[in-house]
Amino acid sequence: MQFGILSFGDRSRSALGTPQSVSEQLHQQLERIRLAEQVGLGFYGLGEHHLEEYAVSSPGTVLAAAAAVTERITLTSSVTVLSTEDPVRLYQQFATLDQLSRGRAEIIAGRGSFTESFPLFGADLADYDELYAEKLELLLQIDRQNPITWSGRHRAPLRNAGIWPRPYGKHLKVSLGTGGNTNSSLRAGTLGVPIVYAIIGGEPERFAPLVELYRRAGGAAGHDSSDVTMSGIGLIADSSQQAKDTFYPHWRATMEAGSRSRGWHVPGRAEYDAYTKHARTILAGSPSEIVDRLGPVVELTRPDRYALQMDWSGVPHLAVMRAIELLGTAVLPHFA
Amino acid sequence: MSVIDHNRSVADPGRRSPEGRVDALPVSASEGGPARTTIAIIGAGKLGTVLARLAVHAGHRVLVAASGAPDSIRLILDVLAPGSEPAWVVDAVQQADVVILALPLSKLIDVPLDPLNGKLVIDAMNYWWEVDGERPDLEDLRTSTSEQVQVQLPRSIVVKAFNHVGYHDLDEGARPAGVAGRRAIAVAGDDSRAVATVAALVDAWGFDPVVAGSLRESIRLEPHAEAFGANVSAEELRTFVERFPTTARGSAAIAARS
Repeated sequence: MQFGILSFGDRSRSALGTPQSVSEQLHQQLERIRLAEQVGLGFYGLGEHHLEEYAVSSPGTVLAAAAAVTERITLTSSVTVLSTEDPVRLYQQFATLDQLSRGRAEIIAGRGSFTESFPLFGADLADYDELYAEKLELLLQIDRQNPITWSGRHRAPLRNAGIWPRPYGKHLKVSLGTGGNTNSSLRAGTLGVPIVYAIIGGEPERFAPLVELYRRAGGAAGHDSSDVTMSGIGLIADSSQQAKDTFYPHWRATMEAGSRSRGWHVPGRAEYDAYTKHARTILAGSPSEIVDRLGPVVELTRPDRYALQMDWSGVPHLAVMRAIELLGTAVLPHFA
Repeated sequence: MSVIDHNRSVADPGRRSPEGRVDALPVSASEGGPARTTIAIIGAGKLGTVLARLAVHAGHRVLVAASGAPDSIRLILDVLAPGSEPAWVVDAVQQADVVILALPLSKLIDVPLDPLNGKLVIDAMNYWWEVDGERPDLEDLRTSTSEQVQVQLPRSIVVKAFNHVGYHDLDEGARPAGVAGRRAIAVAGDDSRAVATVAALVDAWGFDPVVAGSLRESIRLEPHAEAFGANVSAEELRTFVERFPTTARGSAAIAARS
């Protein structure tokens, strides 16, 4: 099983609340990606956001810089908000990244739980489901067929059109990212594409039935292989308490931001302590605590990859670097 | 075991409330034994499948319907809510004692609504702009979204419940009655018997029911109210509901309604 890192490029803040520069956060991302590779992690993902709090709206651009300073690690978007992308342009960008990195590019396509990109790119939220289904189908067809002939409702048709460049190898890896929507697991299984579960709340065991749904849908559609990535949020530190205390204000800040836009109750420290006890729901803890927690989850869901997102709302760079190091040196060996 | 009081509901299935709505639970009692309550859940997404699991676990017959044919959700239910049965919306509703709406609020208009006449309907939905799109009418503080659902379903008895707890918390939080740390779910509605029926369901499914006022006041359970997303005890939930008028959201609602 591979381990990896997911990040949105959250900009950290000084003690006075001043956000760090985008440039600084991007350079820190490159440092983290290099470290991730050095400690043996298999992949690094950057997710697309269109808000001031994040340094990454264009993952492919940052990943191209990462490609130039790494040699082995897979570089993926996590996720690309496919509904508001043109699949042709997206494929070209990531095929370019794949060539630059000699076959290490991946697209994790999702609908995105943040939807700021809809008005920016002129997409209608009312078409949420249909846009996504159509664009995913086109993206996969571009990978299978060149030149391509295609027509749909949401972009101009393609007639015997060549999409260049092609990827470094035969195919570009396109995975489907999902937050737990039942139809997404069904869709990915039926299409036979790899699936990535973005688990930001709830016990990871809750996703086991969805993994099962994905695998059974794949079997029913005649696909003989499955490719599952599990993920979680949290932070690994040398001691359990240090991990929990360091992560708390950042987790809380993320929940508060969510509350402002979505109107949910902001949980307090008592709830956080319950979620992080033995790293039950939030993977914040010491390396041995994380190993103990992931063991049964891995046994239950049998993933090919496991990803951690450990820099929510700008966890300090040094803490994130240490967490990546511990993931590679003190957690990964137990699952090799 | 059924949570519905059959003597009361079966005795007079056609009685009408002063508002002219059907005011009793059309429970399908079988001869010679306690009826098994049939629950229809409309929506086979995250919430619908969790509710289906809870309902199956509580011993109900559970029919789940989505927008399409039953076959389109058969595998989903086999894996995520074993023991529940896929059905067409119309079939599920016709056989149901209680119907739960667990679909995006803006999609209710696509559901054939006539079969819901006379039914007890639990509204577990919220206005969620990311799914429903920008809808000023649903955001209007002068009416709760459940009041708007009741307007769409004039001949059903609408009760708000299961909307304010995250589906993960719903999935992980069920506990037997009396166990320490049991979480609470609010129930709001205008028909006190229907509210009592739904409260009994909430209890049977593993949560402490908190009766939280009328449909009009169910704005206290909606997004931006303290109770929304709260995975807390009955006492805390009651506090959140009661102090709503003192919050910023509560003041805004009062101002909009005066």
